Parts: sequence; structure tokens; C-alpha cells
Amino acid sequence: MEWETVIGLEIHAQLNTVSKIFSGAPTAYGAEPNRQACPVDLGMPGVLPVLNQGAVERAVMLGLAINAEITPRSVFARKNYFYPDLPKGYQISQFELPIVGLGHLDIELEDGTTKRIGVTRAHLEEDAGKSLHEGFEAMTGIDLNRAGTPLIEIVSEPELRSAKEAVAYMKKLHSLVRYLDICDGNMQEGSFRCDANVSIRPKGQAEFGTRAELKNLNSFRFVERAINFEVERQIDVIEGGGTVVQETRLYDPDRDETRSMRSKEEANDYRYFPDPDLLPLVVDSAFIETVREKLPELPDAKRARFVEQYGLSDYDAGVLTATREMGDFYEAVAAGCDAPKLAANWVMGEFSAALNRSEVELAEAPVNAEGLAGLLARIQDETISGKIAKEVFEAMWNGEGDADAVIEAKGLKQITDTGAIDAIIDEVMANNPQQLEQYRGGKDKLFGFFVGQVMKATQGKANPAQVNERLKAKLDA
Amino acid sequence: MAQETLSGWVRKLQAREISSRELTQLYLDRIERLDPQLNSFITVTADQALAQADAADARLAKGEESPLLGVPVAQKDIFCTEGVRTSCGSRMLDPFVSPYSATVVERMNAAGAVMLGKTNMDEFAMGSSNETSFYGPVRNPWDTERVPGGSSGGSAAAVGARLVPGATGTDTGGSIRQPAAFCGITGLKPTYGRVSRYGMIAFASSLDQGGPMAATAEDCGRMLNAMAGFDERDSTSVERPAEDFTAALDQDLKGLRIGLPTEFFGEAGLDERVRGVIDAAIEVLKGRGAEVREVGLPNSHLSVPAYYVVAPAECSSNLARFDGVRYGYRCENPEDLMDLYTRSRGEGFGDEVKRRIMVGTYVLSAGYYDAYYLKAQKVRRIIADDFRRAFEDVDVLLAPTTPELPFALGAKADPVSMYLSDIYTIAANLAGLPAMSLPAGEIDGLPVGLQLIGNYFDEARLLGVAHQYQQETDWHARVPAAFA
Repeated sequence: MEWETVIGLEIHAQLNTVSKIFSGAPTAYGAEPNRQACPVDLGMPGVLPVLNQGAVERAVMLGLAINAEITPRSVFARKNYFYPDLPKGYQISQFELPIVGLGHLDIELEDGTTKRIGVTRAHLEEDAGKSLHEGFEAMTGIDLNRAGTPLIEIVSEPELRSAKEAVAYMKKLHSLVRYLDICDGNMQEGSFRCDANVSIRPKGQAEFGTRAELKNLNSFRFVERAINFEVERQIDVIEGGGTVVQETRLYDPDRDETRSMRSKEEANDYRYFPDPDLLPLVVDSAFIETVREKLPELPDAKRARFVEQYGLSDYDAGVLTATREMGDFYEAVAAGCDAPKLAANWVMGEFSAALNRSEVELAEAPVNAEGLAGLLARIQDETISGKIAKEVFEAMWNGEGDADAVIEAKGLKQITDTGAIDAIIDEVMANNPQQLEQYRGGKDKLFGFFVGQVMKATQGKANPAQVNERLKAKLDA
Repeated sequence: MAQETLSGWVRKLQAREISSRELTQLYLDRIERLDPQLNSFITVTADQALAQADAADARLAKGEESPLLGVPVAQKDIFCTEGVRTSCGSRMLDPFVSPYSATVVERMNAAGAVMLGKTNMDEFAMGSSNETSFYGPVRNPWDTERVPGGSSGGSAAAVGARLVPGATGTDTGGSIRQPAAFCGITGLKPTYGRVSRYGMIAFASSLDQGGPMAATAEDCGRMLNAMAGFDERDSTSVERPAEDFTAALDQDLKGLRIGLPTEFFGEAGLDERVRGVIDAAIEVLKGRGAEVREVGLPNSHLSVPAYYVVAPAECSSNLARFDGVRYGYRCENPEDLMDLYTRSRGEGFGDEVKRRIMVGTYVLSAGYYDAYYLKAQKVRRIIADDFRRAFEDVDVLLAPTTPELPFALGAKADPVSMYLSDIYTIAANLAGLPAMSLPAGEIDGLPVGLQLIGNYFDEARLLGVAHQYQQETDWHARVPAAFA
């Protein structure tokens, strides 16, 4: 039988507010345990939550970016369950009335087509603390620094049909929250996390199969691998005559498998009810408009503009707008050298390769936009060839100075003196009589051989266009 | 000496007729001598009180004026007090010393009040007799074999016996008014949102409201001036300009329209003698120019059932934080996490608290939520609508505070009969309206309370009506003989 995969993602993004969602304690990552938890975060008797306006603003920003309806009057609810790192015995979340309603996100499939994925809702909630199981000798340590960190949970419709689509959706959302600057997107630190609801059904069947919820998918790679494993597992179960049970499964990246955590029967009854400590959250159109004015140019719009303004291919524009930082970097380089296509090739080629090789972030790259633009300007004005530019770039990356300094120090300036080039061509022709005879006898392909010889003789410094032109003239003379 | 009211003491302190230290010592001595009969205090903070008194005397010497400067008060043990045990009447919080102070405590301190200690109460404010306290029952100063009411029974008994001139209370379903009535004092539950709930340990968040308890309406107004006001730490506190709650005390009652809710007089269970006291009080108010008419609150019979869904539901969630993990009571040698939870909570909470947690958990459960919690919330709206219609025709509602006299300790073993003692007080909480109780008579040496319910934010008017009544009568000035 042919099976169809059905996936819906729940993504938790930590909002990058300075203070917590319901208290004034700081949200910075990595402090000593329990040093960033005030009485409110600790769930002391008598404390009350006060909503952080910055979190609301960020949620609205996301809602506008995915063309969603912003709920004019949303409600915070209590999700009740006992856990040691949940200080109040309930999490403040949104249940029936989330701040962001139905929206959508367009993803690009491997075949180049675009698919629209519905976003069911996005709601604000507080994060829990952390349980620490190591170093406490049969006890558990509780760190409540993270308790109360603002989260937005973004729930997709079950419209993703493969692990690859799920990853494309997640990457798109990851890029978006960073564009909006509402989340730092750091997956190692858990700022951007994903749960996946996965089920299968016979192709053509309308109703959904029973789903499993996969947890602990903290990288794009894990999302893809966990879903693929889970799909295979469910197919095996059904084709082996069994039935898939609704349950929560944990992905184990070391073994590359998912394991049952708890079944539906063991699941908590969260006893949601509106939190009486918080008034309904009213977002009026004036507030929405002030947020809209703060919206940066979004990835899709920027991509379209790059195609239009710089004459780039849609693919290249997509690569260069994958992150806000990369887009800004590209634009600075393009402006600095006045050669947008050349800039695009270099940013995506040499520059990105160097970033990967050195494993550094864009912001920490040893060559900045101005430096790269300076190098490309030397290609433009024919001081150096593209080939020599790669050598100069290497030196710049290694901290040997800017483009001009490197060219000067290494004597890489291009030879553009026609007399000098002619002399070298004459020498090459004289040294290779046999090839000259064959060429003149009709073997055109040998033209490249002569170019190579001339470039070799000038250590690549001869202006390639001039070499071509002069060589052609002399060979055909 | 101890007959003097809180307002009287403030005037004497301002006139330098007595120092705050002398006054504080006077009441500390009374507590030491007389409270063993009542058990109205859980914690007495003598050293801290004297230090506060000295600070107040220094401010008085500089000629400073502040609403409560130098006057002794007591805090119900539901308000968090930094560095002082805050037990909420529960074994669960017996070891708990709060790291911060409630807004109410901060404000009263800033106004110059001297805290003598923390008063006894029903465990987590759940009870109407003060018998559910981990620290033992409080006794009624008018008859120590009887209950003082609850849950603010410690504050009511302490003020009734003049162990302190004024004390704070909290009222979720009548917990200020019913004990005020039982102990012969004046107590006010303000409009929901008037007084910050920050640092007031939550029982039922949408109903809880702190308020003053003292001998007179004037005292209550003076205390409320210090307690009330917007607090950015409480999202449900109401942002309104500051108000002087004593401003309307001297306003006469000519033309005041008083409504008598038929349903609060017709109910079976209203003691005829209580009814007689209320009728006499009505005559006094008429004599001062008030007009009296009957009004209907046709849905008031739904108050108690709705309350016993909403309040337990909220309490079941509010009390989840008492899990033995971070503070408070923790069982000995827990075997694992589940054992830690079940034994810490099983041993730390008393029966009435557990009963309400179970009811609340049930009514919020999947499949029952709509039938109970959601329906109860709708009932609240219907009850509020009844009041809204009534206040189109009248300025103030008048009724008995309780259907009966203070009952004997142990007399109400059945929880439902206990719940019914709040039958006249609960509706004001469900609607969020201000309401108060003031002493209006005596039967067999026991005080009887008169309840006034006002429209939203109409505390000043309520206090004015009560004050006018207290100009004509002396019930509020009576002190039980054993404590005179």
C-alpha cells in the first residue's frame, strides 16, 4: 500500500524580551542557577503575574508577518499539572483564545514550487524551569532561571507531507523570527524548539490516522530524522497488523529512534481555566498599527526586491535573504562595489565557503562587508582578475590587511600594458612552434592552451580579456 | 483606656497626649494578658512593634501627619510580612517566613502603622468559624464557648476584645463581614480591585478582597485610606484617582434610598430575633431621613451553589504551589517525587482545605468544566445583573449579615450547614460589590451584625451611612465585659 505522511508542527520560540513574561526578573541565559528568579518566578505565596508588554508586541509582530488575524481580546489560562520545575503547579498559557489566530507561511519545495502551510494559531505562554539530574546524588536539582521566560507556541495545520517539508517550514519560521528580531533562534540553548505530530494514512484517504507526538527535536537534522524514523515505524506497525496508539514519543538522537514516553491514558487532564489573576488581553487596532510600523522588510518581500533591484536569479535572492544578517551583508557589499551580480557570486561562493570552513558567524567574520566590497572593486576596475582575487581574499581572511594592501604586498596587480602582454605572447608563440602550427592548421581548441601559457608566464596577473584579444589577433595574423 | 477607637488614638498621638511606644506597650500587655482566652494571634511581633513605635514617635516629634502614624494594628496571617512567619493558618506554611511584604502591609507601614502581630484565621481562609486553623480555634470574646466567625476570626476577636484597635481581614465569601458581625465590630469588604491582592495569599483570586476591621466606620475609612489604591503588581487592581474614604462620614441621610432585598429576609433560617434587630436599625436610619423600599434579587438563591464551584475551582489551582518542593512543609524522607507530593500535601493541609481542593479539581476536570465552572461563571453574571437593576432604584442595600447568632464551637460538623452561614454575604463577592457589616444590636449578650451593600466604588457612601448610624447608637462602642 502507498502511505501518505501527515505532519503538524508545534514550535516554541523564546521571545527575546529583557525581562520575563510575568515578572521583572531578567531573561539572560547562562546565569548561576536560581539567580534570575524573583518571588513571582519562584511561585511564592501571594505573588501575582503582570504581563510584559514587550512579549505582546512580539507576538503581534509574528501574527502580522504570517498574515494572521490578531485576536482583539485574548485570554490567559492556567494549565494545571504538578512538576518540580513548574513552581506554581500551573503554567500560564493561552488556550481557547490565543493572541494570534489563523495565518499562513509559504515554503519552497525541492521541485522549486511553493506550498502554503496554514498556521492554526500562535499563543503566548511562560516557560518552566529546569530539572538537573546530575551531581545531586539521588536527588534532583531545580533551576528556575528559565521559569517565566516568554514563549510563543506556533502551531501549524497538519498540512506538511514529508520530513523535508517539515524542515522547510521550520527553517522558514526560524528565519522569520530572526528577521523580526523577536527570538534569537539559538537552538542549542533551546530558544527555538519543535514538537512534531506525525501520522500516516493510505494515500487518498480523507481522514487522519492516529498521531504520535514527537518531543525533543532541537535541530533541523533531528526533526528530519525523527520524522522519517517515526513514519517507518508506523508503517511497520500497521503493515504488521497492529494499530498506532496516540502517545508522546521522545526522540533519542544517539540511537536515532523514537521511544514511548506516555500514552493518551496516562496524559494529564490539565484542567484549563481562565487565569483570574490576569485580565483579558485587549489588543486594539491602534496598537496593531504601531507594531506594523516597526515591522522590518520580510524575507519574501526582500527576496522579490533583490530579484528586481539587483537582477539576481530567484534562487540566488532566496539564498541571500535566508537570514536578515546575510541580506544586510549582501546589500552592503553590493553598494560598496557597485556590482550586484559579482557581489552575489562572491557572498554565496568564496565568502560563505570561508564562513563554513572557519565555523564562524557572519558577525564575527574576519572580512567585513566593506573589506569584501573593496576587493570586488579591484576586480571591477581590472586591477586584479577574479582568479587572483581569490588569493587576495584568502590573505584578507587570514588578517593580512585590506585588498589594496595585499595586492601591493604580493605584487598581484594585473598586467594591462598591451606592450608587455604582446611581448609575453610573442615569447609563448616562439616557444611552442608545434602547437602554433597545429592551431593555424585549424585546431581551434588550442586557443585555450595559449591562454593558459600566457597566464602561467604572468602568474595569472595578465588581464584575461586583453590576453584573449591580443592572442586572437596575433595567432590569426 | 482600651475603649478608645483607632481614630481616637490617631488624634491623641497627633496631639502628643500619648506616645506610640506607650500605646504599643499598652496593647502588647493586653495581648499577653488576655489573648490566652481567645487565641486570636498566631504570632506577636513585640520587638519589631516597639521599634516601629519608636520610629513613629520620631516622625510625630517632627510634626509629621500620616493616616495611621503610631497606631497599633494587626495583620491577618494571610498577608505576607517580610522576615515574619506567614502561616495562613496552615501547617503547610508553619515554617514559612516570607521574603517579601504584601502591598497592603507595605502601605500600612508607610502610613506609620505599628504591627503588633499576625492574627489567627481559618486555614487558607477556608471556613466560617475559625475552627479549621492549624493553630487551634479562636474564641468569641462575647462568649468563649462560641466561635468568632471566619475566616478573619482572629482579627475580629482581637478587635472585639480591644487587643488591637484595628486589623486587616480578607473576604472571599463573607470572611470579613461574618466575623465582624459575630464579634460586634465594623468590617468592610471593598469593591473587588480596590485593595491590592499582591502578597495576600490567594484562596479564590476572582473573589478575594482585603479590607479593614475596627470598632467604627470612621476607623475603617481611615484604614482603607492607607490600604487602598492601584498597584501595578496586581493586574486586577483598579486604576482610579486616590479617594478619601472618610469624606462622606458627616453627610446626612436625607433622601438616601435604602433597598431591602426581599430574598434576604424571607429565607428560612433567618433567626426571628436577628430580624427584629435589623428592623430596629431600619427605623433608626429612617429617623435620620433615609427612605426604605423593598427590592428584588431574584437569583440570589444561586449564590451559594455558584460560589462553591468557583471558589474551590480557583483554590484547587492556587494551592498547587504548596508541593513541598521550594518552601513550607515537606514530609519526612520522601521515597520519590509522588511520595513527596502526596505526603507533603496530605500532611500539610487540613480536612476542609483538602475537601475544597478535591471539589475544585473535580469541577475543572475534562467533561465537567462546562457543566460546573462555566455555568457558575454565568450565574455570577446573572447575580451581578440583579444588583445592577436594584441599584437603578436605590443607593444602598441593607440586610442581615448572617442568618443567626454566633454558634457554639463544634456545633457545625457538617460542612454544608457551615457553608450556609455565608448565605447573605456571598452574593457581594460574586458580583464584586463593596459591602460591610456593623454592630446593630445584642441578643442574649451576643452581637448582631447589619450588612450594607453598595454599588461599585461606593465605599465612602457605605461608610457614611454606617457612621451616621453609629452617631445615633452605641453598639459599636460596646466591649465584652471580660475584656473591658
